[in-house]
Amino acid sequence: MRDPDLSRRKVMRAALAGLSAWLFAGCDRLNNSSWFPRILESGETLSKSVHKLIGRRAMAQEFSDADISPRFRGNGNTNPDDANYQSHVRERFTQWVLVIDGLVENPIKLTLEELKAMPARTQVTRHDCVEGWSAIGKWTGVPLSQVLMRARPTSGARYVVFHCADAFPSGDDSDESIPYYESIDMDDAYHAQTIIAYELNGESLPVANGAPLRLRVERQLGYKHAKYIMRVELVHTLEGIGEGKGGYWEDRAGYQWYAGI
Amino acid sequence: MIFNAHPSLDWGRQSYSGRASVLSIGSHQGVNRQWIGTATLWGHEFTTTGFLGVSTDSNGVISRVAFPSWLTIPSTYSLADGRLWHFFFAWLLVINGGLYLLHVTRSRHLSQDLWPSAADWRAIPRSIVDHMKFKHPQGEAAKHYNVLQKLAYLSVIFVLLPIIILAGWAMSPWLNSLWPGWVEVFGGRQSARTMHFFVAWLIVLFVFIHVFEVIISGVWNHLRSMITGNYRIIAAKTTRVGHEGP
Repeated sequence: MRDPDLSRRKVMRAALAGLSAWLFAGCDRLNNSSWFPRILESGETLSKSVHKLIGRRAMAQEFSDADISPRFRGNGNTNPDDANYQSHVRERFTQWVLVIDGLVENPIKLTLEELKAMPARTQVTRHDCVEGWSAIGKWTGVPLSQVLMRARPTSGARYVVFHCADAFPSGDDSDESIPYYESIDMDDAYHAQTIIAYELNGESLPVANGAPLRLRVERQLGYKHAKYIMRVELVHTLEGIGEGKGGYWEDRAGYQWYAGI
Repeated sequence: MIFNAHPSLDWGRQSYSGRASVLSIGSHQGVNRQWIGTATLWGHEFTTTGFLGVSTDSNGVISRVAFPSWLTIPSTYSLADGRLWHFFFAWLLVINGGLYLLHVTRSRHLSQDLWPSAADWRAIPRSIVDHMKFKHPQGEAAKHYNVLQKLAYLSVIFVLLPIIILAGWAMSPWLNSLWPGWVEVFGGRQSARTMHFFVAWLIVLFVFIHVFEVIISGVWNHLRSMITGNYRIIAAKTTRVGHEGP
């Protein structure tokens, strides 16, 4: 009596395993096709349109000092091994200069000292990584709008590109690496909480978190918050930047340029 | 796939409060340098080698991923692709769910067929016993949802699905900013992430039980009735419909 039952169970189990393997393999084939991901991407387009429609001016939630993470996780590069950068570390970034150029009427260079003399903003915000984790930190820095006011972007400027001192693998099979880059639009650039931060939790920005300067663009995922910023470039289009998608991860791994989702 | 990028779930506003995770999946090397997969639930560690933490991928290679490749879309590590799938089907769920809610309320499907009647509430103990015995209603009664079925449907429609959608929204940094602080209803973004995940598995559980019940109570009859509205009543049959023989 038990044998037919057992073999039937075996057949059922094999059928179930076969069915799921077939389903998941099918999904993989769709995922690797050229047309299906474009259909999937309509979800992202829809989200982005809804966000735009409702408005992008709202402020990110701010927290109290009690919420600050005991350890603020550093992700991506946590200690750029570039010789030039390391000599800046030894000099405590006294020689660091932030360049603002591109489509601006007044290209400028600002030392760390000069940046710190400008109006500052402090905010306790939550950093949300695309991977899923969150950490809360207190950031102090210059609102990007202040820096842009000095440089005076021309009417053709539509994006702000951040060029960084840390490098990532170029992605093609060579051993070469390329500097990190990211970009945001003017809406985000002039948002009150978008700052170039030089302090974390009341102390100079640690190397792991992007010393001496990193972007805080609250309301977007972590990879938009460029670290080790050397140059801020204003451009009309993202076409000439990297491979045209506006950022290192966007170009290499297919991350979305708009990271408010 | 998305979960594999950060295979741990926390409670509260953030992930690094210093408190232990609700659930985390990981791996470490054993004495003979073999990889051991572990799942830690509220501080209790379980060895899950072969399934969680350490598993064999489709090429036979041992890989240290939280969920095995046969359970993720896509099967390889691609956070970008995983998110594309996720948000596309999330929109399908939200749009379909909205239309469905509109339909059930306007067609009275909700009040007439889904909401338990007074008799239903009284029948709960009997219904539980019937389900345990895999005994299914015959005759006229088979035309209506039974009370456990109604409660299961209602809790999926009005509890699980709304929670999973809201908890999903609670993870979007932009949606957070719309009305600063609303995410606190979940206890913070990481609590929302944890609930999103557990509720997802509850829905998977519901789907499995649902499909199981359909199969054992006459799969073709049910499929036909879903499409055409005709449900054949087997009136004088004394054996349990669809149940496997001895």
